[in-house]
Amino acid sequence: MNDNLATLLSFLPQLWEGIQTTIILTVAGSVGAIIIALVLGITMTSPHWWLRAPARIIVEFFRGTSLLVQLFWLFYVLPLLGFELDPLLCGIGALALNYGAYSAEVVRSSIKTVAPGQWEAAIALSLSPTRRMLRVIFPQAWALMIPSLATLLIQLLKGSAVVFFITLSDLTDKINQLRQSTGDTYFAFSIGLIIYFILAWMLQEFMNFLERRATAALGRRRPNSRTDRREARRAARADTVRKDRLVSHGVAGEGTDSGLGTDPLKRPSSGEGGDR
Amino acid sequence: MNWNWEFAAEALPILLHGFVNTLIATVIGTVIAAILGLILAVAIRGLPRWINWLVRLLVAFIRNTPLVVQLMFVYFAFSGIPGLVDVPALVIGFIVIGVHYSTYMSESYRAGIDSVPPGQHEAATALSLPPVRKFTAIILPQALRATIPSLGNYAVAMFKDTPFLFAISVVELVTAAKQFGGSTFAYTEAFTLAGIIFLAASYPTSLLIQRLDKRLATY
Repeated sequence: MNDNLATLLSFLPQLWEGIQTTIILTVAGSVGAIIIALVLGITMTSPHWWLRAPARIIVEFFRGTSLLVQLFWLFYVLPLLGFELDPLLCGIGALALNYGAYSAEVVRSSIKTVAPGQWEAAIALSLSPTRRMLRVIFPQAWALMIPSLATLLIQLLKGSAVVFFITLSDLTDKINQLRQSTGDTYFAFSIGLIIYFILAWMLQEFMNFLERRATAALGRRRPNSRTDRREARRAARADTVRKDRLVSHGVAGEGTDSGLGTDPLKRPSSGEGGDR
Repeated sequence: MNWNWEFAAEALPILLHGFVNTLIATVIGTVIAAILGLILAVAIRGLPRWINWLVRLLVAFIRNTPLVVQLMFVYFAFSGIPGLVDVPALVIGFIVIGVHYSTYMSESYRAGIDSVPPGQHEAATALSLPPVRKFTAIILPQALRATIPSLGNYAVAMFKDTPFLFAISVVELVTAAKQFGGSTFAYTEAFTLAGIIFLAASYPTSLLIQRLDKRLATY
């Protein structure tokens, strides 16, 4: 174990390089993905079929073929066609295209979910289509789409682990090197998985922050937020305390004693009287 | 474009041969994930608090770490044990994929079970059905109705993740394409065909799931 730790310590700079590559891929990939998603997603809500159809075909194409196929296509086939891309760009491109297509579907369905009254009101106020989208529809759709986008973002982080197939040295590759130099699979991979887990957790917290901001901008609260849950727990606790007090003072019995169909067996049990 | 039909014709049987492994991994992976997912979903509801917390942490851990790394971890961990009978990489592959997706599916099962109206629980209790019967005969059939489409979506997602088996040297579709490309340098034909096969298999399936979703919808 001590040997492992010593190897890990001397390996830390390299590990950090790998983490940086993974972070660069994730951040650049997700920025690319969100741009693709917004363009395709909004196009897919267009009333003109000749705009919707190509966007739909692109989305289905990139959703239907696997991430690895796209990655290998960019890496092996494009040079044969005369475009040589840097491996890092290939990785970012494949992640952006694949997850962009998935996110485009999220963007489209969120825009469609915004209440029809909002569309009608914006039209009634004769806002231009651009203003209608930017000021009325999109802010509401944005709050709706963040949870799904958060899931996809974490998928993207996990998907970035395949780039080591195209000679990029990301976190996964570094973990593999650590495994070879320590000879301890459990040690190396546990460290790697924990680092990925921490990265995913940080992304999740960031997306939660975005969602809080987006819903607050609409004057709403995030559904089932941490504060909500805490308040619900506190209320439930206060409730049981109140009920116990009522029961112990014998108030519970008096309230239910109204004659018709009273079950004497039921009375002392539980704190149901507190509800009245 | 330098598309060569001869290479394409040569590549197709090799790719389809690899596709068999892709299908095996997908089907058995789905079965494992569907069963284990249900067990997880039920276990998370029924267990005492601290074990429940532990199981949830484990589920979150498996969900939030890359499948590729998990595959390599299990593969190397197995091959490192001396004296163990060689487990084929494909078997490790579908088990790891199955376990990975079971954490996703358990979430759909949970949502499905939660979506059964409380009146159904109460009615079953009022009829004094034993808990097991109540679950298998009343709750589960209704929960599955809401769950099956999303299980189908995860099966398709799993299908598209099978190329990750490349990491543990299982010759599935994409690996076969890469090997073919490596030996003939006909990468264009190999990877394009691989993409087309994926699209041809996954797109009709997802359309089918959409229709199923509409049919099973209770509202």
